Amino acid sequence: MADQTVESPDAQETAAELDPAAQKNKQLLDLLYRLFGQDAFTDVEEPYGFLTVTTTRERIHDIIAGLQQDQELQLNFLTTMCGMHWPERKDQELGMVYMLHSLVHNVRLRLKIFFPIGDPHVPTLTDLYSAANWMERESFDYYGIIFVGHPNLIRILNVEDMDYHPMRKQYALEDGTREDKTDLFFGR
Amino acid sequence: MDNRVPEIKMTEAPDGLEGAGFFATSLEKVVGIARANSLWPLPFATSCCGIEFMATMGARYDISRFGSERPSFSPRQADLLMVMGTIAKKMAPIVKQVYEQMAEPRWVLAMGACASSGGIFDTYSVLQGIDRIIPVDVYVPGCPPRPEQVLDGLMRVQDLAKNESTRRRNSPEYQALLASYNIK
Repeated sequence: MADQTVESPDAQETAAELDPAAQKNKQLLDLLYRLFGQDAFTDVEEPYGFLTVTTTRERIHDIIAGLQQDQELQLNFLTTMCGMHWPERKDQELGMVYMLHSLVHNVRLRLKIFFPIGDPHVPTLTDLYSAANWMERESFDYYGIIFVGHPNLIRILNVEDMDYHPMRKQYALEDGTREDKTDLFFGR
Repeated sequence: MDNRVPEIKMTEAPDGLEGAGFFATSLEKVVGIARANSLWPLPFATSCCGIEFMATMGARYDISRFGSERPSFSPRQADLLMVMGTIAKKMAPIVKQVYEQMAEPRWVLAMGACASSGGIFDTYSVLQGIDRIIPVDVYVPGCPPRPEQVLDGLMRVQDLAKNESTRRRNSPEYQALLASYNIK
């Protein structure tokens, strides 16, 4: 992040000319802090100029609802949401990534939440975005994340009778029924 | 101008007794020739191999030259099931149902790496070769195979159809093969 000191308008203009994306992200982050408080966000990063913040599952629904209703920013488009699985993170094994896009101002924001694999419950966003319906079904299908309040939480892509969530890291990527593949030919 | 009569390709006559005004051969051979030269394929195209098959159906390669003039989209009137492309495990019951709806005699051609073996998609969601659910007569390797290879595969099926005994489908071996796939 850039330094937090208030700069003169001239200095702000030159900074914006030098790196408009960083300037945009700084304004966006200031807005987030103003709306939801500084304690709501951790791990502020800007990979490839894409502002990424981590929050908690208790706050995620209110934050996204607030951003959607904010007249200044109009962050009105849920680009995507998907699950993640980090087996080595203790009590934060599962996670969700939300990407929001303001089509009015061309501003993007990525939000992440993490929660334990033993309690994979996340509030649904279907009351805010219709698009969340299928995306949440996908995350449920692949990661077993349960969206509280989802109207129709069933598998969407895999076979209905599948009894596990294949994108969790404990399951092998390869099909387990092959007998003709030996490790010899795969450098394993 | 060249006004020679173009050479007309005709299928070869089977072995038999030939004389003045008559030709005697076994019914099996006549039936085999008829079946082999009027195979009606059912294209079960799911992905890129299906596009390659469309090229095979087009004017340049023209699968119609082999008597496959009418791609049948009804399994009940098809002789040859051509499975082209990745078959996901979710699609497997549908492939099997289509095969079961086809009348005997029926042949199966697996086109391309995915249909034959799962191809590069060695993963939890993809069927590792359609021979896990239905019996396959001819495999066409390639990713994707060229139209020439598809035509060659079709000609191999023609060879099978031509030389097949009319009683083969009633034989205990064939019944056992179908039973091993839980068909019927």
